[in-house]
Amino acid sequence: MVAKAGTRLESALRARGDLKLVAYMMAGHPTAKRSIDVGKRLAGSGIAALEIGIPHSDPLADGPVIQRAGQVALEHGMTVSGALDVAKAVGAEGVPVVLMTYINPVLSYDPRKFSAEAAQAGVAGVIVPDLPIEEAEPVTGWLRSAALDTIFMVAPTTPPDRITAVCSHSSGFVYCVTVTGITGARKELPEGMPALLKEVKKRTSLPVAAGFGISRQEHMKALRGHADAAVVGSAIVDEIERGGDGVALVRELLKACR
Amino acid sequence: MSRAALTHPVDGRFGAFGGQYVPETLMSALHELEDMWHEAKADPQFQLELAGHRRAFIGRPTPLYAATRLSEHFGGTRIHFKREDLCHTGAHKLNNAVGQALLALRMGKKRIIAETGAGQHGVAAATVCARFGLDCTVYMGTEDMRRQSMNVRRMKLLGAQVVEVTSGSKTLKDATTEAIRDWVTNVRTTHYIIGSAVGPHPYPEMVRDLQRVIGDEAREQYLSLDGKLPDVVVACVGGGSNAIGIFTAFIDDRDVALVGVEAAGKGIKTGEHAASLVGGRPGVLHGSYSYVLQNGDGQILPTHSISAGLDYPGVGPEHAFLRDIERVEYVAVTDKDALAAFKLCTRLEGIMPALEPAHAIHHAGVIARELGPGGSILVCLSGRGDKDMDSVDGG
Ligand SMILES: Cc1ncc(COP(=O)(O)O)c(C=O)c1O
Repeated sequence: MVAKAGTRLESALRARGDLKLVAYMMAGHPTAKRSIDVGKRLAGSGIAALEIGIPHSDPLADGPVIQRAGQVALEHGMTVSGALDVAKAVGAEGVPVVLMTYINPVLSYDPRKFSAEAAQAGVAGVIVPDLPIEEAEPVTGWLRSAALDTIFMVAPTTPPDRITAVCSHSSGFVYCVTVTGITGARKELPEGMPALLKEVKKRTSLPVAAGFGISRQEHMKALRGHADAAVVGSAIVDEIERGGDGVALVRELLKACR
Repeated sequence: MSRAALTHPVDGRFGAFGGQYVPETLMSALHELEDMWHEAKADPQFQLELAGHRRAFIGRPTPLYAATRLSEHFGGTRIHFKREDLCHTGAHKLNNAVGQALLALRMGKKRIIAETGAGQHGVAAATVCARFGLDCTVYMGTEDMRRQSMNVRRMKLLGAQVVEVTSGSKTLKDATTEAIRDWVTNVRTTHYIIGSAVGPHPYPEMVRDLQRVIGDEAREQYLSLDGKLPDVVVACVGGGSNAIGIFTAFIDDRDVALVGVEAAGKGIKTGEHAASLVGGRPGVLHGSYSYVLQNGDGQILPTHSISAGLDYPGVGPEHAFLRDIERVEYVAVTDKDALAAFKLCTRLEGIMPALEPAHAIHHAGVIARELGPGGSILVCLSGRGDKDMDSVDGG
């Protein structure tokens, strides 16, 4: 059951005069072993939570960087169960782990089994970007009954009353997609972003994380005071693709968060 | 079961199948599309306009044709073709594209995107964009651009931008994924004309509504020709638009057997095929829950078919439903048999079918041999074969 005081994710992501940073990486990218190493290093870099992607052959919401990372991970044999192992190993460092995957791998694995094993692996919450609130059940039911948070997304195209519904389906935090589009680092965030974040904050007491396109210190500065947290994905995955671990980027971005 | 129960999705689903598994960014566009489609469908002015374009632009009604020499060859069962190959641009795809272009105009969207496999839908989309002054971008896998190069040239001449898709198997699945990504990014200005009865609700229903003219015409033509209905209706199934288009009018005619023909490629057992209903299991691909070719871990599998238009790992959700309630039987035909049927039909009838309906023609032959003289089969000849010259040798 969700504790009254708020879940682990809720307290980890709530801004306290600062902006929290959530990093994203892909399980199995470029290999299982290396993604565990990278994950452990990211866990100790000052982030509030770590999103771990489970690769999918057809990632509708992802841009070229994350799509490529997923293809490499699949080519190197990553599976749903392998990704749960990565999550477990990385989560042992103490950072809250959020799994991000598409609905078909979850359906294929069996949502009930997936929920139970994710909980056993110490996972805190799950995001499924191609599962809108209308299609949420029965998958969310299984996730909730395993005490996992279910994070739904608000987009710039989500009308106001639908934002309310998305917030009420969410636990842990609400994910606010900052750009009309797919994942991938952008130079600039859209002008309407603070207004959108304000609309979301009005409708929920959960922390609100902004994601998609975020990659620079200026973005962090622009988000501070509007969002509780910023999710940095493609920019980190890009570093990992080049053989790095994204830690230096995280440290640099964190400077603009306080 | 009544026709209403069979053909109206409830909450976007046909039984358990269908739904809207897409990123949140698209949800309000799908809701708008659903409302606009239902409004347009009920608007006599829209229907009148659509009817006018069907007559003068597409060339409808298309004929019902008695394939007498093929009938004789297959042992005497009477075989008729519904001649969708005679539609402007050479396939049934234009029926859908014209309707959706009119809808895009109604919604005030000036940019059109489309995916294509065989290139027939891409050509149809490029054609309606030229006709109605819309901007057109078509996504196509590089493998398909190679084997359907004539259609690439046609699209470009029609003014469309053809975007090469190099991810995955470089075929229809990957082109569809790319088109959906474009739509997520440009949804405010862009209408996505999906080319088959697939995708998130309301697409499967809308494409079916626009393609059912095939069966509505054919049923009437058959009755006035014969005074009765055929024993069997056969159509090829890629995403399933020509098949659902011809089946819908016959769904309530319980004495008419309906058979959908998928691509068995090199044979179902080899794993190199594109038969989602025959060889797949339920899952989510491109926004709807239906039968999907996938591995044990829910990853979509590469497919193979000699026919680019059938080379797709998913299928429309209404077909999944019709399969499960056993109203339609689904079978699969190999590359080799389809090629032979292509040649046979060309030589015996002077009609060169596309490789897609050649699969249906082969299976019509199989059924004809079972029925013998006195039987009757209606085949949806969904398109013509000029586009397939490069895949078929002279033999
Ligand atoms: C002539 C023809 N028939 C059939 C198909 C398969 O599509 P569907 O199953 O939607 O009719 C195609 C697709 O490109 C085609 O070009």
